[in-house]
Amino acid sequence: MSRIVRTAADILYPTILIFGLYVVAHGHLTPGGGFQGGAVIATGGALVIVAYSYAEVREWLSKNVLMGQEVIGLVGFIGVALLALAFGQVFFFNYLNASGSLFGIPVPYGINAGELNTGGFVPLMNFSVGCEVWGGLTLVILYMLSGLEKEGC
Amino acid sequence: MLWNLPFITVVVLTFIGIVTVLLKKNLIKILLGINILESAVNLFLVSLGYREGGVAPIFTLAPSQLMVLPTPQALTLTSIVIGVATSALVLSFAMVLYKKYGTVDIDKIRRLQG
Amino acid sequence: MKKMLVLLVSLLVLSAFLGVVATTLTFGYPKMTDMDDYFLRFGQEQTGTNNQCTSVTFDFRGFDTLGESTVLFCAVIGVALIFRKMQAGEEHEDE
Repeated sequence: MSRIVRTAADILYPTILIFGLYVVAHGHLTPGGGFQGGAVIATGGALVIVAYSYAEVREWLSKNVLMGQEVIGLVGFIGVALLALAFGQVFFFNYLNASGSLFGIPVPYGINAGELNTGGFVPLMNFSVGCEVWGGLTLVILYMLSGLEKEGC
Repeated sequence: MLWNLPFITVVVLTFIGIVTVLLKKNLIKILLGINILESAVNLFLVSLGYREGGVAPIFTLAPSQLMVLPTPQALTLTSIVIGVATSALVLSFAMVLYKKYGTVDIDKIRRLQG
Repeated sequence: MKKMLVLLVSLLVLSAFLGVVATTLTFGYPKMTDMDDYFLRFGQEQTGTNNQCTSVTFDFRGFDTLGESTVLFCAVIGVALIFRKMQAGEEHEDE
C-alpha cells in the first residue's frame, strides 16, 4: 500500500489498542466487557495486516505467540473459576466480592459514580476472555491469508 | 399491528434468509443467507426484553431506575460469537473447495469426482 | 416450478409464525419478569458490579460463557487444521 496508508496505520494502531484495553478493563462499570474489547483490538490488528502486505507481516507477527496467547486466555478463565474450590465453596463462586482484598469493595444498591476497585473476579475474567478473543480472531485472519499464497487460488 | 414492528421485521428477515439458503447456487450467497438468519434470531432475542421507557441496565450515573431486562442481552452475546465461529469455518471450507474444483457452483461440485 | 413450490411452502409456514407473533406478543411490556427483577435488585450486592449485563454473563450465568469460549477455541483450531502445510513425503492430504 502507499506511504500515506502505512503512516496512518502506524499512528492509529496504538490508539486502537489503548481504546480496546480500556473497554476490556472497565467492563464492570460501563458498557463493554471481554468479547467486545477483544474484537476491537483484533480489528486494529487487521488494519496493520492490510496496510503492510502479508509478505512483510509474516516475518514479525508469528503464529505461535498468538496461539500461546489464546491458550493462556482459556486456561486462565478455567483456573480463576476453579480457584473457588480452594476456598471451600462451589465451582464458579465469586470469592473476591466484598472481601477486602484485590477487587473487593462492597457496592450498595442504587445509582453511584462507579469505582474501579469493585467487582469480585469479573475484571480478571474480562482480561482472560479479551486475550482469548484477540489471539483467536487475528489467528483466523493470518491462517486464511497463508492458505492463499503458494498453491495459487 | 404496527406497534409490533420489530417482530414483523424478524419474520421478514427469516423469510429472506430461508429463501436464500434454499434457492441460490453460489456457495458464498448461501453463507450470506445463513448470516441473515443469525441476525434475525439475534434481533428477536433482544427485542423480547424491552420495557417501555427503560434505559440500559447499568447503575453508573443512570438517568432513571426503570431498566430493560439484562438476560436476553447476555444470551444474544453468546449467539453472536457462535455465528462468527460458524462463518469462519464455512469460509475456510469454501476456499479449499475452490482450490480443488475450480468453481463454487454447488451443482458442479456434486458432479465431479476429485 | 421448483422455485414456485419453495416460495409457496415457506410463505405458508412463515405466515403461521407471523400470526402467532403479531397477536400474542406485546412489544414493550414483557410478561414474565421475575428472574430479571431479582437480578436488578440484588445484582449489586451479590456480584459487586454496576453493569448488570456483565454480571449476568460472567457471574449468574457463567457456565454458558465457559461453553462459548470453548466453541470459539475449537473453531480457531479447526481453521488452523484446514490450512496446514504438508509434511515431507505426503502428496495428498489423506495419507
